[in-house]
Amino acid sequence: MELKVTDLAVGRGGVPVLAGVSFSLTTGQALVLRGPNGSGKTTLLRTVAGLQVPMAGQVHRAEDRIAYAAHADGLKAALTVAENLRFWASVFGQSDIAPALAAFDLEDLVERRAGQLSAGQKRRLGLARLMVTGRDVWVLDEPTVSLDTASVALFADAVRGHLAHGGSALMATHIDLGIEAETLDVSGFRAAAAQMASADEAFL
Amino acid sequence: MRALFFRDLALALRAGGGFGLGLAFFLIVVVLVPFSVGPQSALLTEIAPGVLWLGALLACLLSLDRLLAVDWEDGALDLLATSPLPLEGIVAVKAAAHWVTTGLPLVLAAPVLGVLLNLAPSGYGVLVLSLALGTPALSMIGAFGAALTVGIKRGGLLLSLLVLPLYVPTLIFGAEAARRAAQGLDPATPLFLLAGITLAVLAAMPFAAGAVLRVNLR
Repeated sequence: MELKVTDLAVGRGGVPVLAGVSFSLTTGQALVLRGPNGSGKTTLLRTVAGLQVPMAGQVHRAEDRIAYAAHADGLKAALTVAENLRFWASVFGQSDIAPALAAFDLEDLVERRAGQLSAGQKRRLGLARLMVTGRDVWVLDEPTVSLDTASVALFADAVRGHLAHGGSALMATHIDLGIEAETLDVSGFRAAAAQMASADEAFL
Repeated sequence: MRALFFRDLALALRAGGGFGLGLAFFLIVVVLVPFSVGPQSALLTEIAPGVLWLGALLACLLSLDRLLAVDWEDGALDLLATSPLPLEGIVAVKAAAHWVTTGLPLVLAAPVLGVLLNLAPSGYGVLVLSLALGTPALSMIGAFGAALTVGIKRGGLLLSLLVLPLYVPTLIFGAEAARRAAQGLDPATPLFLLAGITLAVLAAMPFAAGAVLRVNLR
């Protein structure tokens, strides 16, 4: 079992957003989160990635297994594509960036500064980062934003390859990637509104 | 860790990185002081250690609000927080990179600028030593302040208000050591206290900053 979430309640700024969420993710499996804007997909993913603490319930995950990709790609405009990728590879203790460059068709752009890339190219670089983390569980927040059809296909191939190698993926997305994946609609888990119960957060 | 350190150095040195901002500010302050005080070399000699220390401290403060804010804005901080690096280590490494790009140039420039302020010849060695001992604490305290204010738009003002009281002990003992040396007195006691403050800061602040950052990233 790569990841198991039981009866999870998550909140944003002390206000509960989702409650009673349970799912599990096994090797080779992809799970797609759906739900309208503001339904709490990002909050759920941040909680699963460990950036937030759950308001209730548990997230069972092995230490250091999750690679998280958010809306922002965390790229440095002054560094080249290769430098950006090499930095993340060494942070995660990896060294080979060639497969990631090839998978996202970035080989022609290696020497280009990230600041000069188009929005879609930046996104591709941000997603290529996942492949240099060497982590099993990809937690992706709207990975296909600003990608064109061809790039979406590249991304779908990358995810398929990752699943085939024993990885798993949890993603919030609105488009159909053509990957065999289960779907979880988070709008069914909306938390009861205005329940400011335990406001023990230091900074709201 | 090493990759993060060298990335921060590379980012600081490249266009738009802000390297030299602190140094230029230090230069401007120290060059302007003789104009504002007037041509009284005896007075300048007397105030030189204090002015140099104050200039270095303010120059250090100037670049603090970008220390973590840049990584926060482009999302890199979230990604670093989910990486194998501990947040305490991330803050410590970023403070170290900040010191190398801001504090170290100030230390090296101080003796040159001391000439402009007619610093007494006996004060140069201890001035450099006191800055070298004190500025790491300024960077590390600054990183703690940056961690406290990360995510706040235009948090620079709040950061300055939070950090300045914590800078006071370093300023007092640093300037005191330089002043005593310039007057031909023994600077050992303030230097020891300065080194003690720096060591305590380096030991404790990464943990405080890491804990604060963890709360702020939620």
